[in-house]
Amino acid sequence: MERRTFLKAAAAVGATSLLPVSAMAVSSAMASSGEDAQREEPGVVDTYDATPKQWGFVIDAKKIEELGVMDDMIGACNHAHNIPQTGDPKTEVKWIWAEPFENTFADMESEYMDEETLDRAYPVLCNHCDNPPCVRVCPTKATFKRSDGIVMMDPHRCIGCRFCMGGCPYGARSLNFFDPRLYLDEINPDYPTRTKGVVEKCTLCAERIDKGEIPLCVEASKGAVLFGDLNDPDSEVSRALKEAFFIRRRVSLGTGPNMYYIVSGGAENA
Amino acid sequence: MLEKAFHGSKAYWAWIIFLLIIIGIGVAAYANQLINGLGVTGMSRDVSWGLYIAQFAFFVGVAASGVMVAIPYYLHNYKLFGKVVIFGEFLAVAAVLMAMLFVVVDLGQPVRIMNVILFATPHAMIFWDMVVLSSYLLLNILIGWGALSAERRGFPPAKWVKVLSYIAIPFAISIHTVTAFLFCGLPGRDYWETAILAGRFLSSAFASGPALLIMLCFIMRKVSTFRVSDKAIDSLAKIVCYAMIINVFFFLCEVFTSFYSASPAHMLPIAYLFGGVEGATNLVVPMIIATICAFGGIAFLIFPQLRKNHKTLIVGLIAVFLACWIDKGIALVLAGFVPNSFEQVVQYFPTLNEVLVIAGVYGIGMLVLTVLYKITVDVRKSLDQRPVEAVDEDKMDEAMHAASSVPAAS
Ligand code: SF4
Ligand code: SF4
Ligand code: SF4
Repeated sequence: MERRTFLKAAAAVGATSLLPVSAMAVSSAMASSGEDAQREEPGVVDTYDATPKQWGFVIDAKKIEELGVMDDMIGACNHAHNIPQTGDPKTEVKWIWAEPFENTFADMESEYMDEETLDRAYPVLCNHCDNPPCVRVCPTKATFKRSDGIVMMDPHRCIGCRFCMGGCPYGARSLNFFDPRLYLDEINPDYPTRTKGVVEKCTLCAERIDKGEIPLCVEASKGAVLFGDLNDPDSEVSRALKEAFFIRRRVSLGTGPNMYYIVSGGAENA
Repeated sequence: MLEKAFHGSKAYWAWIIFLLIIIGIGVAAYANQLINGLGVTGMSRDVSWGLYIAQFAFFVGVAASGVMVAIPYYLHNYKLFGKVVIFGEFLAVAAVLMAMLFVVVDLGQPVRIMNVILFATPHAMIFWDMVVLSSYLLLNILIGWGALSAERRGFPPAKWVKVLSYIAIPFAISIHTVTAFLFCGLPGRDYWETAILAGRFLSSAFASGPALLIMLCFIMRKVSTFRVSDKAIDSLAKIVCYAMIINVFFFLCEVFTSFYSASPAHMLPIAYLFGGVEGATNLVVPMIIATICAFGGIAFLIFPQLRKNHKTLIVGLIAVFLACWIDKGIALVLAGFVPNSFEQVVQYFPTLNEVLVIAGVYGIGMLVLTVLYKITVDVRKSLDQRPVEAVDEDKMDEAMHAASSVPAAS
């Protein structure tokens, strides 16, 4: 029952968005309610890309806790992407980090919730939204959505106006308040460092996806986080979503976040 | 006409040098920010805009308020404003310039600012803001200069000046509307996400802008030969009063909607402003001052006896200006970040470096205003002198040396 309501809400949300790709997300939401055929319906299939994808994660926080992989996930990303550690909450740069339930899902918190769920750490990162406000407000197209659903950054074009930080309702974006190279112990030569005054965020490991590899944090999660194409009903993520109850962050805003969090009971299936 | 800016009394030059020193300090502080990054400001990951953007919003409002003189004069042929209208236009020029500078100093990579044009993005509100702001700036420079040149030659303004004045009216409304749209279109920032924001912006602009203009007129009475009529001042003061009443009304609508619906997301920013939330109380005192100033200012302006007495009038105007300055020039932007995306309250305090940069921008604005006002007053003075032989020579030297000591609390 609850799930049906949720899906309806998701569909309504998708219907209001402008990008054809989000129509695909709607159909994928439909698909997960059992109507797989919907996806192939003419008119819904989009003109955005020949093989439209929408990458997404299915995150099982309980499993992350059990496996104790949270720090590895965060560390892998930080190291590979040359993310500066300024050591100050005011200026820190974060692509993926952990937050408790009350912060991750502030609008869903309840004092009657079991303590385990409440106290658990949830990884938060860019949601690679279907209808991303950060893309909408960016005056230079330094933030843009790729046809595979990745919301990407061009740090060379960014003017540092921080409109996208105001526009992102998930706090997923960070400004380089200082020269990031000052706060890197060790530089990974295979990935560019950024300059001061530009915004950055999780790129879903686009550089790896383009080589056919899975994102680093997914790899480090040892199976607690699944990665795949939500538009493909046979993908691992789509199948996992059909078998467990999940929530997303701040769905009512209509951004269409693509990070799905499995809540209690989903561990076996994920 | 520009040469008139280079002939002035000692006091005039002292004021100019004072402004140049302020500007110099501001430039040095900005250089420090350029070298070290925006980390030298009080802004953070959670409060990603601070006083720069708040001041930007405020001065777009001051710029837009030029229409409150232009509409009666050009559309309703309200002759009383004939001598004032050009000061309104030049105030708009200085204010737009300041607004633009506030955006530039806020950028993390200002050298790339041309990207906004190179990669023009119509779905980004900033693009439209840039379009309307630069058009409005150009319009006001042309109108002001055109009108003044005509006046100097003793002609009525050319037809094109009138046409541009009509065009400038919708542009004035649009600069502040688009500025409100910058904020109210952002999802999940509940203090901004309200349909009444553009209305609030315009009403507070039409209160604070003319209030500033009247104060500038008073200053010019003291330091220059320009005498604006009491009647014109009274008409302007009425505009300030009505606009401020509407502004307060709009804000109270906001408070009612938030608290009667009991929507937590809408209540929290207001609670933060007036009472503090989770120990974050940095805006409580300013907001209380703003509230007292708003109601007190209206009281001083609404009663004719108080409004017509210039001593009490000035008190009322300063109160209204300060209330709007705190509301839009500080609180509006900061409360939008409360709570943050994780339902936390993060406070912001500007740093000294940031305040110095702001002072520098104020200095530039005042310098431009002083020069433009000085030229205008001198042009008019030489006109007055032509037919009449016996002119008070002393006054000539004293002309306009401090046309623009803007009493803003920077
Ligand atoms: S989470 Fe934020 S940064 Fe990521 S796509 Fe959505 S709005 Fe943009
Ligand atoms: S900070 Fe950069 S990415 Fe963000 S909106 Fe401005 S230009 Fe775009
Ligand atoms: S997907 Fe890649 S870039 Fe994004 S948080 Fe994971 S490791 Fe970092």
